[in-house]
Amino acid sequence: MTEPLVQVRGLKVHFPIRKGLILARQTGTVRAVDGVDLDIEAGRTLGLVGESGCGKSTLGRAMLRLAPVTEGSVVFDGTDVATLEREALRSMRQNMQMVFQDPLASLNPRQSVETILTEPLRAHGIAYDSSRVRELLELVGLPSAAAQKYPHEFSGGQRQRIGIARAIALEPRFVIADEPVSALDVSIQAQVLNLLEDLQQELGLTYLVIAHDLAVVRHVADDVAVMYLGGIVEQAASDDLYSTPMHPYTKALMSAVPVPDPRVEETRERIILQGDLPSPANPPSGCRFHSRCPFRQETRCDDERPELVEVRPGHTVACHWVEEINSGQIRPHELTPDTVVQLEGHS
Amino acid sequence: MTGAHDQPLLSVRDLSVRFGLKGQRQVAAVDEVSLDIWPGQHVALVGESGSGKSVTSLAVMGLLPDRGVEVGGEVLYRGEDLLTKSPKEMAGLRGSEIAMVFQDPMTSLNPVITVGVQLTEVLLRHLQVSKAEARERAVELLGRVGIPDPARRLREYPHQLSGGMRQRVLIAIALACEPKLLIADEPTTALDVTIQAQVLEVLKDLVADTDAALLMITHDLGVVAGLCDDVNVMYSGRIVESTNRNRLFANPRHPYTGGLLASIPRLDSPRGAPLTPIPGSPTQTLPWTSACAFAPRCGNRVEACTERAPALEATGDRDLRCFNPLADADLTGAAR
Amino acid sequence: MTIPLPPSGAGTDPLLTTADDAPGVSLWRAAWRRLRRNPTAIVGAVIVAAFILVALLAPLLTPYEPGSARWSGQVTPTSVPGPSPEHLLGLDRFGSDLFTQLVYGARQSLVYGVVATAIGLTAGTALGTLAGGAASVGGRIGGWVDNAVMRLVDIMLSVPSLLLAVSIAAVLGQNPYAVMIAIGVAQVPIFARLLRGSMLSQGRSDYVLAAEALGLRKRRIVMGHVLPNSLGPTVVQATLNLAVAIIEVAALSFLGLGQPDPAVAEWGRMLVAAQDRFEAAPQLALLPGGAIAITALGFTLFGEALREALDPRSRR
Repeated sequence: MTEPLVQVRGLKVHFPIRKGLILARQTGTVRAVDGVDLDIEAGRTLGLVGESGCGKSTLGRAMLRLAPVTEGSVVFDGTDVATLEREALRSMRQNMQMVFQDPLASLNPRQSVETILTEPLRAHGIAYDSSRVRELLELVGLPSAAAQKYPHEFSGGQRQRIGIARAIALEPRFVIADEPVSALDVSIQAQVLNLLEDLQQELGLTYLVIAHDLAVVRHVADDVAVMYLGGIVEQAASDDLYSTPMHPYTKALMSAVPVPDPRVEETRERIILQGDLPSPANPPSGCRFHSRCPFRQETRCDDERPELVEVRPGHTVACHWVEEINSGQIRPHELTPDTVVQLEGHS
Repeated sequence: MTGAHDQPLLSVRDLSVRFGLKGQRQVAAVDEVSLDIWPGQHVALVGESGSGKSVTSLAVMGLLPDRGVEVGGEVLYRGEDLLTKSPKEMAGLRGSEIAMVFQDPMTSLNPVITVGVQLTEVLLRHLQVSKAEARERAVELLGRVGIPDPARRLREYPHQLSGGMRQRVLIAIALACEPKLLIADEPTTALDVTIQAQVLEVLKDLVADTDAALLMITHDLGVVAGLCDDVNVMYSGRIVESTNRNRLFANPRHPYTGGLLASIPRLDSPRGAPLTPIPGSPTQTLPWTSACAFAPRCGNRVEACTERAPALEATGDRDLRCFNPLADADLTGAAR
Repeated sequence: MTIPLPPSGAGTDPLLTTADDAPGVSLWRAAWRRLRRNPTAIVGAVIVAAFILVALLAPLLTPYEPGSARWSGQVTPTSVPGPSPEHLLGLDRFGSDLFTQLVYGARQSLVYGVVATAIGLTAGTALGTLAGGAASVGGRIGGWVDNAVMRLVDIMLSVPSLLLAVSIAAVLGQNPYAVMIAIGVAQVPIFARLLRGSMLSQGRSDYVLAAEALGLRKRRIVMGHVLPNSLGPTVVQATLNLAVAIIEVAALSFLGLGQPDPAVAEWGRMLVAAQDRFEAAPQLALLPGGAIAITALGFTLFGEALREALDPRSRR
């Protein structure tokens, strides 16, 4: 067993809620990421899945120090990124890059593609010539004439290719792709997903792919972590997780994804969750999911936060009753929208 | 229900929508679109951005601007052409007979008026009810779309609700007067999966309860698979394939439909199963007037595709606009 | 079910590869194209160009010297000579050629307006960049810097601009620079707040985050990414402010704070002089008044067209 390339331990990102203009008082805390452990092995892809507001993007950003780390460590190849100071951090960024969700917003509209691709090289004092730009464009499947053009002259899929080319310009070892295809047209998404996979093969990249779309993650990830309200609730190898989801939230999430096949849609069992994601400024006590969980029990769930426990080799779940639920001892019960509100109310 | 089933509830005939002021070059956003919706039927209009699916729905609702838009063809609602109706007549129909749910629940609700007022407003306008009755019915409606504590929610403003709640409110408003036809334009696109599942469930139940017909406008074939009877696939302003959902998903024959299905990542396919993308982008089209718009991206292209315009033709079990469709799996017996 | 691949690889399909090797069109250039096609911009540009040309070529346009009062003998308390073959627009009340006064007045307005706006723009941009840059990438200390700068600007803004101008002019005495500085300083808060605001919103965009992720230095992020994308509204505002400055120059002159040398022609002072002869010779007030209004209109039209052209949402 080799040491993972990226090791996240106890990572917390808390944003203070401040009131008042000059003498600001802290009136609350948004616990966007609240104690996350992750291991990503070199050359593999970890998929991070969750709904909007669960903190998955903040987690990704914090790992690159683009969001402030409140507590915990992010060890990349032996170096704790979370505590690096200015210049050390800046030079560390060569190794870890990011692909953004909205390709148009993430490209400076006033820079030509050539400038976009060479700017990071200049910033790190790396020598280059025009062949490097051509090479990068070729890697992402764009013609070399693209170098002289500006972002607004491309289609959405092409822009995302430019964003990817920029991310790999510094030859990083680790790339975080935050919702890399969700802003793209359906027929384009597969192109970009395939490109990401090809680049991984060719350049030996390690990925963290953050997405709300479980089907997308299914296709690119070797391992998958499911996040709910600032914490990881389940993590396993992709095949394992998709064939036997164990955490009630994972089960519900998977059953909610529509499958483009009427035969599947008509026969499969659905768990419809009630209520909305609670606010990370005021998360429910105990298990964060208890207010919406159809398997909630009277004991433990409301007052004791479950730890991630290895239930099967390589398959960890944060649920007090995982064994009982998956052996069928605990049956799901009806939840109405009102009970959800009630449960969140006394947190 | 007297003889209501003899004719389609809504029959769109050869609809075209052209943008551009007189004298300028006009752009056909929608052309040759025909579709029928029978009472209680669920019909999908599927396409990517720019395919003209939303413009079609706006044309049916009479919500396109007057200036710079030319609408042709017929939109027959119970045999009457909506395109010839006055704005006043249309306003009377909207909400009571035909209702619409939009993608973005935040911008479709008035931010400075409480949810309750917006909901009772519709009831007071279209139904002969008193204020108190309208309020009572509003509470009931919010309860039915799964909003907890509906009486309190009525006094709240749209920004106080979550995205899923707002979309439920919109569905409640749309179905308040039990319309015969509901047009839903990407109703769940802005929502998370679990919330999408909730909202789709509510939509499905309510439409079934009120016996309304549904025109579902979406880019998501997954949503269509679980909800709709008939599916129309649009590309660059025209319908390219139109058939029953089971046939479409099991045996897509237009290369665009087939390409879409092959390129979508599916939850139930194994890791590593390759995705076959459609090359190019939806903006790379040829003009329908002289060629097939999809030809540049098509793997089944033959010479005719770039030389003349394919017509939508009834071929066996479906309508198809293609010179060289994918093989009919039922005839060739090919294993999928 | 198998979906056949396109006949040739996607990259080589002639229908998909656009044979377009032309260099791209930058946003500034695209804006320039939109500007050229906008009739409002043309009208504004023609007025502004005419104004600048008149100011530059003043000596060539008239055979007389300004403020010479050579024909003061012809002016009586009850009448001012009107147009004549020698004097296109007649004389002013001091006996100078009115056309000459107007033409040379354009020079004053141009110089005062441009210098005043340049002062406001330079100082405002500097303060705005400092505050906006500090706030968008400076972290906690940056927040303090931003706060300090903006409170200073708030103080400047809380004094009405004309009052500020009058006070500065009063301190510096009646000299031409006082007016320029006064008007310029009054403009500083406008530019500073505008630029800071748009820098803050640009600072939150993904490409700035991307630049940080790439390891660009903060200075480079501010100067190379945030600032260039925030300048549009400031450029528009500068054009619009030229119009305001020209009117304020006239207003300050009208109040007696402007150019002290009576020999120098100035539109605002021409208005003052015309006051007590308005009934006898209304042209003395109407012509400089009209010149001020038309010039201001020209800059305003051009500024509005520029605003539209720089807005990427507008398609023309």
